[in-house]
Amino acid sequence: MTISRRDVLLGGAGLAAGIAGSQLIGQGPAFAQAAPKFTPEKGASLRVLRWSPFVKGEEDAWLANTKKFTEATGIEVRIDKESWEDIRPKAAVAANVGSGPDIIWVWFDDAHQYPDKLLDVTPLANSLAQQYGGWYPGLEGYAKRDGKFIALPLSAIGNAICYRESWVKEAGFSEFPKDTKAFLELCKALKAKGHPAGFTLGHGVGDGNNFCHWVLWSHGGKVVDENGKVVVNSPETIEALKYARELYQTFIPGTESWLDVNNNRAFLAGEVSVTANGVSLYYAAKNDPKLADMAKDIKTTNMPIGPVGQSVELHQTTSAVIFKYTKFPQAAQAYLQFMYDKPQFDAWLEGASAYCCQPLKAFASNPVWTSDPVHAPYAKASETLRPNGYAGPLGYASAAVMADYIVVDMVAEAATGQRTPEEAAKRAEARANRYYRV
Amino acid sequence: MTEMAMPQSRARTGSSWLASVGQGRNLLGLIFMLPAAVFLLVFLTYPLGLGVWLGFTDTRIGRSGIFIGLENYQSLWGDHVFWLSVFNTVLYTTVASVLKFALGLWLALLLNQHMPFKAFFRAIVLLPWVVPTVLSAIAFWWIYDAQFSIVSWALVKLGLIDHYINFLGDTTNARAAVIAANVWRGIPFVAISLLAGLQTIPPSLHEAATLDGATPWQRFRYITLPMLTPIIAVVMTFSVLFTFTDFQLIYVLTRGGPLNATHLMATLSFQRAIPGGQLGEGAAIAVAMIPFLLAAILFSYFGLQRRRWQQGGAD
Repeated sequence: MTISRRDVLLGGAGLAAGIAGSQLIGQGPAFAQAAPKFTPEKGASLRVLRWSPFVKGEEDAWLANTKKFTEATGIEVRIDKESWEDIRPKAAVAANVGSGPDIIWVWFDDAHQYPDKLLDVTPLANSLAQQYGGWYPGLEGYAKRDGKFIALPLSAIGNAICYRESWVKEAGFSEFPKDTKAFLELCKALKAKGHPAGFTLGHGVGDGNNFCHWVLWSHGGKVVDENGKVVVNSPETIEALKYARELYQTFIPGTESWLDVNNNRAFLAGEVSVTANGVSLYYAAKNDPKLADMAKDIKTTNMPIGPVGQSVELHQTTSAVIFKYTKFPQAAQAYLQFMYDKPQFDAWLEGASAYCCQPLKAFASNPVWTSDPVHAPYAKASETLRPNGYAGPLGYASAAVMADYIVVDMVAEAATGQRTPEEAAKRAEARANRYYRV
Repeated sequence: MTEMAMPQSRARTGSSWLASVGQGRNLLGLIFMLPAAVFLLVFLTYPLGLGVWLGFTDTRIGRSGIFIGLENYQSLWGDHVFWLSVFNTVLYTTVASVLKFALGLWLALLLNQHMPFKAFFRAIVLLPWVVPTVLSAIAFWWIYDAQFSIVSWALVKLGLIDHYINFLGDTTNARAAVIAANVWRGIPFVAISLLAGLQTIPPSLHEAATLDGATPWQRFRYITLPMLTPIIAVVMTFSVLFTFTDFQLIYVLTRGGPLNATHLMATLSFQRAIPGGQLGEGAAIAVAMIPFLLAAILFSYFGLQRRRWQQGGAD
């Protein structure tokens, strides 16, 4: 028996990958040999729908990997892209009508909206986990339902504090505070120096949800408990909202109207000293010669730790799903297996310039995380993330609560003083109960 | 002979059937209407019917629902965000429509005057209407930006204000801002349509009234307005329908924020149905818009029927 190039590539956990994987995580090749082997259907071709890239290098790397796959297998892969917010409706339509792309990169708990329409990829997911040190639990939660993988976690899009180092020093802080209390003091000092902070309190799908979930979770609040019972109206939530009210006083005016782009614009214009964003903000400055000085002054760190005592953040997450309607399930799995293979996945992570955080622990050693100190906080995104429906099960209720901006509105109502923290928590409870159906 | 006659009679029967189809007004009319009827059934009646049906089900994305009667509506009845969106929609439609009518009529009257470059001005007035809504919405997004608003910048530079206006962050300002953007966009439609109506009024009526000593206000009140009423009814019906169902402007500018102060029924319906995955509830919100839209259509219908009202008399 001979091992063709095709076998090696399609095995994914074949010899080359197996050796690489075992070297990386110190495991024996036995795991790698247990990897499933997919035999693409004759005449297979694939269609992938992904979100439009935020970092060009990320898309370039993915396309280059795809080209390698096509060269090795002869399987044509067409990659379409849509604005990131349009993915959800498109994937939903594909699920409903049973026709469309074979693979879609979905967001958050999308896969839990239509689990029975998705291909069970448990063998592939388990083999990748064995090979590469396991999935991060937060990301795994988004991809797993009833013990089965209905998606492959692809990445966490890290969110971190971006700040102007010189202004923080000017405000009397030699280093960025690690806890929420000192963070508030820093923001007050920055505001006094004419360099306010700015965090999104409007209906920004990414930034609004990231910041407001951090406010809630860092103080021990949560929307639901483990059984899906709404517990948002709690003393912890009230404390979180009181904190938000205090923090809001240090913000630049207008943050309650901010959507996802506004904080980038304000930060790059030098209007705010501290915000939270993906690494794309740093690269927007770095790639603009006019902002070279600012780029040198930008530093990043993780969101401060609150009374809960640990780093807890939402982050965006994306997973790759294969729909059951695909005519080429073997080819689709072979494709994903190839793309998760170490050489390809490493290249993709590097191309993304720290925008995408690895879903598998072994890739934490990717050089991208140490190539620039600004990248470092984003390396922890997969580790610190909590699913949006925390601490309850993921499903239509968790998706609906986030889509309806219940947490964002609650924090914004209290922060802006339009409602007392008690009123805001009560209103959020009533709204969440409509979905979790008391 | 009889053998010969048979095929002839058959041929005659065939041609007479064709002739009756060709000449029968009813059947031919039906055949000609069929494509349009199929088109309407497939693209209007079916989606509308499906929407109404979905409103009575608990359909979610990826899961077909079951009939749950009025449960969606009962649930919405107790939802303060839904009622806020109803309030916002009615406020938005009423204020924007009144402003569009008043300013549109004023503009139409101005454009109806003799002035140099009349054709040029008439064409340029249409610009806000022809620019795609999303583009004009993005322009307004910058105009209303909390940090970069040109309006705030100009006012600060002129020394009229000392800090930037929080256009889209304050709930009252945000409502006013989205209404202003909608009015800017909608005025040309009203103005050009009313201008067309104004051109149909015979100048002799105005000349006669002038000779009789009528003031400009009297000419407007007793000639222009009554003659224009039928077209006002049609134009304002369309304007109200467009405004009531507005989506793009809000979606780009605020996404319903801040604190849902600018959420319209259309944007809430989308938010619940697509990102939220609750197709049944989203459809129910959309269906809840129908009574309001029907009321607007009926108002126009009866307005058009009332000849005395059109002619300036009381009902």
